[in-house]
Amino acid sequence: MIDWLPFPQDFRSCLRLAVESSSDRLEKLASLAQHRLSFLETIQLDRAVGPAWAESPQGFSTIRLALLSSATVDHLIPAIRVAGLRRRLLFDVHIGPYGQYRQQLLEAESPLHRLHPQVILLSLAAREAIAGVPLTATSAEADAAIGRAIDELRMLWRKARETFHATVIQQTFINIADPLFGSYDRLVAGAPIRLIAHLNERMSDAAAEDGVLVLDIARASERDGLDAWFDMTRWLQAKMEIAPHAAPHYGDFLARVVAAQLGLSKKCLVLDLDNTLWGGVIGDDGPEGIILGEGTGAGEAYLALQRYAKQLRERGVILAICSKNNSATAEAVFRDHPEMLLKLTDIAAFVANWEDKADNLRRIAEQLNIGIDSLVFVDDNPAERARIRQSLPMVAVPELPADAAQYVRCLADAGYFESVAFTADDSLRGEQYSANASREAFLNTSQTMDDYLNGLGMSVSFGPFNNVDLPRIVQLIGKTNQFNPTTRRHSPEDVATLVATDRCITLQFRLLDRFGDNGLVSVMILVPDPQSPDLVEIDTWVMSCRVFGRQLEKEAMNIAVETARRMGVRAFRADYIPTPKNGVIKELYPTLGFELAQEAAPDDGATRWYLYLPDYVPFSTHIVRKQE
Amino acid sequence: MTEQDILSGLTRILRDLLSDDSIVLTMETKRDEVANWDSFAYVNFIVAVESEFGVKFRVAEVESFENVGAIVRRIGIILSTR
Repeated sequence: MIDWLPFPQDFRSCLRLAVESSSDRLEKLASLAQHRLSFLETIQLDRAVGPAWAESPQGFSTIRLALLSSATVDHLIPAIRVAGLRRRLLFDVHIGPYGQYRQQLLEAESPLHRLHPQVILLSLAAREAIAGVPLTATSAEADAAIGRAIDELRMLWRKARETFHATVIQQTFINIADPLFGSYDRLVAGAPIRLIAHLNERMSDAAAEDGVLVLDIARASERDGLDAWFDMTRWLQAKMEIAPHAAPHYGDFLARVVAAQLGLSKKCLVLDLDNTLWGGVIGDDGPEGIILGEGTGAGEAYLALQRYAKQLRERGVILAICSKNNSATAEAVFRDHPEMLLKLTDIAAFVANWEDKADNLRRIAEQLNIGIDSLVFVDDNPAERARIRQSLPMVAVPELPADAAQYVRCLADAGYFESVAFTADDSLRGEQYSANASREAFLNTSQTMDDYLNGLGMSVSFGPFNNVDLPRIVQLIGKTNQFNPTTRRHSPEDVATLVATDRCITLQFRLLDRFGDNGLVSVMILVPDPQSPDLVEIDTWVMSCRVFGRQLEKEAMNIAVETARRMGVRAFRADYIPTPKNGVIKELYPTLGFELAQEAAPDDGATRWYLYLPDYVPFSTHIVRKQE
Repeated sequence: MTEQDILSGLTRILRDLLSDDSIVLTMETKRDEVANWDSFAYVNFIVAVESEFGVKFRVAEVESFENVGAIVRRIGIILSTR
């Protein structure tokens, strides 16, 4: 079911090799996790990894996960950990005693308290929630029963957040009920099939309202068929609600939601052209010869992928092209072919040449100023795929099926672009990247950098956090890896708590220029030091990579200093905690005039910086202010 | 596939599952004679056997196999009636 991953070549000897290697054992095991492993292979790999999280290895993040269930879930743990490893996440998994999820959450002395879970997953079975609703229930009675089940869930969610400050994920209910009437079940208020369907809908509404995330196993079971996810024999034998052979898939579903919350989802879809976006080879067949467009099944299959890519762009995924072609020939198809759905303006980076695709992918990431590990590379050619997997293992490369009709399904199944929010900024991202192309063109005609920045006509609008922008603020904090000195992630509740803290300063910045609105691109949270009232700590400061090099960090600091001065603050304290991704702002604080207070700590290399506000001289920038 | 083939297949699966290459199964081996072959490992074992041999046991069988030989014979019967 994890069909987008390639089969391992000789799993047994790869595993042995990894286990016996002393230096890069975990790296080798992580690369094995990138494969389509069977149930048994998954268990073997998981055992070889062992409690790796206990050593907090470099380049991996540990996540403490509590899995609270009304059924047996032990058999899912290896797959969850392997799917985490696939994303460089090491799950420290805690499962409660069978069926005791309420006690775990509600009792003050439960073992859950010792774990301090960062993520709490509620994996519950529908049969419990709908038990006791008679078949003869009226619509109102059925609604009331579902309402009671939802109220209990909300109470558990609230408890999980208040007590543990954890991210809560609620699993949707697999509809395992068998029909009693047949199709007519859908029309009977008290019929189990209908009750479970309603339960899922009401639960999703409540989750959206409460800011709880959902693990949509119900949809997965519709996609793969009930038998793929629920096995009556295993239920009777061991009270497993999720069939063991679905475990690898289940693990991946969960890991992608957790990864999305950590800002680790992919950001950019890179597409090949020949036999990927159209049938045939444009260089050989010419614009009249390629297979694309309405009228034939094959032509529509390629259109389907284009349509899907366009939909992904609308929800904030960046599109790029990487193809072995003459640039002019390839671009002409986008410009002139009447059946093309994708237009040049949809593509944020267009690379068509005869060079190595790995080099070209590096170039695309650089041009878009995103990490190379945020790319997904879609290519019909198995040799190109293997080459990229080998030289750029951090790039996701789906094992595309041979039939173009299945391209979209494969890409969708892989779940690379899993999200935990959808904001106005997401839907504008495509245009913002297109505007960046215009900015680039303008940059090339500018004599100096100063001319360029001046000519952009930039203005910043700013203000404290507000409820309208809160989802985007939380999203930006969650997703930003480069301009992020502390890489502290804050849930919506954390942000709300910080905002409510006395004398806490929150600032959000939106950058506009003559080419358009870049959206809400930077966020700052300044928290007063409890010991000294005139000292404030930069708890969080993130900035979107889209606006690097535009002096916004300087103008933002000017604004932060002014705001803080008005409140009588005399100094800022800031930590820089290096990660593999935030090297780009290594010099941020010294550049802004901060002084080093503490040498690099031996463990994580963190440095501490101070800025004395009375000495601060505002930077002059090309950004005009527009107060909100 | 002979009973010996099936038996060596089961041995390999159990060795992989428990990461223990010293395991030797015979037709007479019972679960409590193998270290770490607890009830949880037994469920995993059955799942792996079903998928590797492409068979599906009945719930009553899963609960009543008296030794490894019983599993081998049952797989043999399922495979031969294909």
